[in-house]
Amino acid sequence: MAADNTPRSKAHSRTPQDPPLGEVMARAASESDMVSFDADQSLLLDCDRTLGPFTTSYKTYGTLNADRSNAVLICHALTGDQYVASPHPITGKPGWWETLVGPDKPIDTNRFFVICANILGGCMGSTGPAEINQATGQPYGLSFPVITIGDMVEAQLRLIDHLGIDQLFAVVGGSMGGMQVLEWVARHGERVFSAIPIATAALHSSQNIAFHEVGRQAVMADPNWHGGNYYAHDTKPTNGLAVARMAAHITYLSEDALQTKFGRNLQNRNAHSFSFDADFQVESYLRHQGSTFVDRFDANSYLYITRAMDYFDLAAEHGGVLANAFTDTETRFCVVSFTSDWLYPTRESRQIVQALNAVAANVSFVEIESDKGHDAFLLDEPEFFNTITGFISANAKRRGLPI
Amino acid sequence: MTTQSLQSPGLRSGQAQAARVDHLLIAEMVTPGSRVLDVGCGDGALLQLLTETKAIDGRGVELSRERVNACVTQGLSVIQGDADADLDAYPDQAFDYAILSLTIQATQRPKTVLKNLLRIGKRAIVSFPNFGHWKIRWDLTVTGRMPRSRNLPEPWYMSPDAHLCSIVDFEDLCSKVDAEVEDAVAFNSGGRRLPIRHPVSLQNLLGEKAVFLMRSRGWNKDG
Repeated sequence: MAADNTPRSKAHSRTPQDPPLGEVMARAASESDMVSFDADQSLLLDCDRTLGPFTTSYKTYGTLNADRSNAVLICHALTGDQYVASPHPITGKPGWWETLVGPDKPIDTNRFFVICANILGGCMGSTGPAEINQATGQPYGLSFPVITIGDMVEAQLRLIDHLGIDQLFAVVGGSMGGMQVLEWVARHGERVFSAIPIATAALHSSQNIAFHEVGRQAVMADPNWHGGNYYAHDTKPTNGLAVARMAAHITYLSEDALQTKFGRNLQNRNAHSFSFDADFQVESYLRHQGSTFVDRFDANSYLYITRAMDYFDLAAEHGGVLANAFTDTETRFCVVSFTSDWLYPTRESRQIVQALNAVAANVSFVEIESDKGHDAFLLDEPEFFNTITGFISANAKRRGLPI
Repeated sequence: MTTQSLQSPGLRSGQAQAARVDHLLIAEMVTPGSRVLDVGCGDGALLQLLTETKAIDGRGVELSRERVNACVTQGLSVIQGDADADLDAYPDQAFDYAILSLTIQATQRPKTVLKNLLRIGKRAIVSFPNFGHWKIRWDLTVTGRMPRSRNLPEPWYMSPDAHLCSIVDFEDLCSKVDAEVEDAVAFNSGGRRLPIRHPVSLQNLLGEKAVFLMRSRGWNKDG
């Protein structure tokens, strides 16, 4: 079992010029565990195409116990990756959920064996559009099949089987990670003892699809996109992807948070420049978010993953009745939302809770007061941590895990 | 009205002292190992008591976000919700007991809520402050003002209690919604159970609170 207890802090600093994407991805993958599935273990995707061979790149933290009952699967969001609790190999930044996952954290890696896999379609070592299609020797590009949240879950299931884990103690995720949590229970509920969907929804709203479409159009309008085949032109649609990230980033915050953090403050100047420079701090901030994102993310992956989210509608997959997704579930749920999250507002979490109530599932639901918008789930929110700690402890006791 | 001892053998004395009297009475009525929904579960004290003493599989619904979060932090399965709005989603007969402790008077539509309880639970348990209690009658008669007491601490314009009733009023509602009352207990302001030999009119005068255990005649088929 590949339980990795040694923190690897080989943080790479960014080089002045953009390194080739293949090199970046190879570096990202080199810091992770990898498992490859042969063509005879192909995935049958929701689009009715098969995908194989395929690879999943993942990280683990902590130690799997003797009866393999302490495994926690963390599902990452749109632009996340497997580096949930260890430094990112490209940016050198701490793990993206170190507030929640790590030694003595609410999801305590001293007690639990934590697994986090780069999703199918991602760009940190798992099979995605930037990876080489072994049938052609070329990157997939737009020949990569359009995948769904369900397909991501099926790829994760292969990993969990590979690790020899019958039942995950918990499956945890925020935003798109929360969609995977819901899909895990709907498809393989018997493999999930407890589920924590955070700041998420059972379907992608029209507004959310609209924002994603803006991002995709920005990428595709970049001349360096080359119809998705920029790999052959040794370039990247960085401008388009940066704009997509800037637009998306606004949706992760709240109006209050933006106003409090930036107001109308000017950036390194005392007066308007009467130009289109980043006069305002908020502009400078968004430009920074955009430019740093393109160093670590593949533009085609962004297209594919946003599409998977757009297609997500768990009720539609179950005859139009969300409760049918959870019929006879024995999984214990903790649903969490945040007051200022307008991307996945509380009412959408409440719809999940009502569906769970309709099948008399065991569910807790808390709404956390926060002014930080959707991003709150990644930030320091003590009330949120207390909730997760309480839920995890109570269920660990029920599962017979040592306190 | 029954005359069982207030101290059930299942309850340890420390817990009994800390617990509310109506909670202890409810705990006596609940069969060990059953599935329980506590509507208006507050800080989760009753769920905690029933979990510890009766090993129930418990769920709670609570209006106050702060109290919900406190419950979940303690490891209880509780959702933020409203007895008036959120009970419709639950399936029929999904719980052995659906409990409403000192909450029915604060609901907007007590009759609908009670019907829902009887539908969701094979049995429903409701506790409520008795507005027929002698002290309330006395206060209103003598002062001509809305009574204030330990159970009714707020002035009328602040009180969340929109639908107060007496024991006989509640009995009327039970018959209106076709509920069979299996047990009903009133207790006085000292927390002492009133003797069963007292007629209902006297219970209604002396009882400060009451606990009713009932089930819907419409669901009797599954025992």
